[in-house]
Amino acid sequence: MPAHEQQRPHRREDEPEELETAPTAQTSTHDEDVDALLDEIDDVLETNSEEFVRGFVQKGGQ
Amino acid sequence: MSVRRVTGIETEFGVTAPGDPAANPMLLSAQVVNAYAAPLGGKPGGTAVRARWDYEDEAPLRDARGFELERAAAHPSQLTDAPGRKGVGRTADFAETEDPTMANVILTNGARLYVDHAHPEYSTPEVTTPRDAVLWDRAGERVVLESVRRIGATPGLSPVNVYKNNTDGKGASYGTHENYLMDRATPFADIVRHLTPFFVSRQVFSGAGRVGIGQDSRRAGFQISQRADFFEVEVGLETTLKRPIINTRDEPHATAEKYRRLHVIIGDATMCEVATLLKVGTTSLVLAMVEAGALDGGPAGELSVAQPVAELHAVSHDPSLRHLVRLRDGRRMSAVQLQWAYLEAAAAFVAKEQGESPDPDTAEVLQRWESVLQRLERDPALCAREVDWVAKLRLLQGYRDRDGLEWDSARLQAIDLQWSDVRPEKGLYQRLAARGQVELLLDEAQIAAAVTQPPEDTRAYFRGQCLARYGSQVAAASWDSVIFDVAGRGALQRVPTLEPLRGTREHVGALLERCRTAEDLVAALTGT
Repeated sequence: MPAHEQQRPHRREDEPEELETAPTAQTSTHDEDVDALLDEIDDVLETNSEEFVRGFVQKGGQ
Repeated sequence: MSVRRVTGIETEFGVTAPGDPAANPMLLSAQVVNAYAAPLGGKPGGTAVRARWDYEDEAPLRDARGFELERAAAHPSQLTDAPGRKGVGRTADFAETEDPTMANVILTNGARLYVDHAHPEYSTPEVTTPRDAVLWDRAGERVVLESVRRIGATPGLSPVNVYKNNTDGKGASYGTHENYLMDRATPFADIVRHLTPFFVSRQVFSGAGRVGIGQDSRRAGFQISQRADFFEVEVGLETTLKRPIINTRDEPHATAEKYRRLHVIIGDATMCEVATLLKVGTTSLVLAMVEAGALDGGPAGELSVAQPVAELHAVSHDPSLRHLVRLRDGRRMSAVQLQWAYLEAAAAFVAKEQGESPDPDTAEVLQRWESVLQRLERDPALCAREVDWVAKLRLLQGYRDRDGLEWDSARLQAIDLQWSDVRPEKGLYQRLAARGQVELLLDEAQIAAAVTQPPEDTRAYFRGQCLARYGSQVAAASWDSVIFDVAGRGALQRVPTLEPLRGTREHVGALLERCRTAEDLVAALTGT
């Protein structure tokens, strides 16, 4: 039925040329947005990372 | 058949007191709960009422495979119906005590805020759509934030911080559980068979991201899921040790002959609204197909993972998403390809059941599921506005590139933790959201309303409204009861609410409007 055809999800793998070069998540992170974001986050990050991480101790839960 | 289903999300939050590192986490958790229950300097009963929890119908040791664990054989952490009672039987008539494990508040939005295993836990009210699950889940973040603010403003109390994550990176994990009401007639073996490959692969969009590999982060690196490394068996009743991919707790909190409550313990706590929507919505669709037998005979129904626990870990450990999962029939497929199989089955199933234009909630889940899978396959980074692990990795990678940090850097571990701080000025997810870098489904006014108001289309409406209207006379409540203490009646009056889709606004709204007092309501309900 045509209606079903329309709703059939469209896989990328239907286009084989895209498959070979799937980049990882690391490739496109360097952009202006990220630079501005890091500047802002520098200001809110816990000042002593090591102490903060060391002090973050939890009991196991469910 | 659709994404519509009675659903709820429970979140155990991480809790710290930076100024008091030796603080007992049970006491900190009780502080978070009690701070919300009793507004400082304000009148009690504004947003929460100290009704007790009614444990009458709880049965945490009942196993969906058809037997009940002997209490003596149970680990003390499994006795969730008798907190602080060391497993000596069960009774509903205990008095309020100072025992911090008893801290408990039932909220006017129908949710429960209490102490569970040394963590403050917020359980959403029962909802029927993935969007509402997201809404009342986010409301829970605001509830615990309010507690953080109140504690911080109290002279003499050390400030407490709360994190919506699932591990401390040092070997401890705490859960974010989903609950789905299902048809009791569905064989549990079918649920196990179909959900296992689905859960092994679902993390590609529902993972929250984690710095550190292994339960205690013994290897440096980044992985997709907070929870994956803590899962050690395929099926089981435990939730705190030997955690199973499929949890068999059979405690429906509803008419047991008709319903089961599938207790899903494998999920991560997600900050991204789209990720939470997809986690709940896609799972609901798969469950609908399992109930209808719609997977049988199709490609998705034939998927069977050779080593589910090992593959769950392997998928989580590969953010490139190229790992191939080995199936029992010898095939190898990526996690995204496994998800495609379920999506294609779901799309065909919905088209068959609903025709060309499915209901908007179902259409949204199908459309977003497809869109996210397409982009994950092309380049996972394209999902940075919707998927927690991708957004978190983008931030971490930015720091690695700029500052030359290795994966064992404390700074990166700190970013991982601070991602989920519930304070808007400190939480890194929330900084991203404030900069417009994540996609939002809800606006602030909706979330603020959901902090105090219940969903209108489940029994949570009755529970929340009873607390809002007659709070001082509600002695106790639970998922399936509200108990009144009213003048002129010797005994407490227990109103069972065993049908999750009754007690809605449509069903009881007019009745509640008519009844000015709890006495009026009890008289109307009992006919005396």
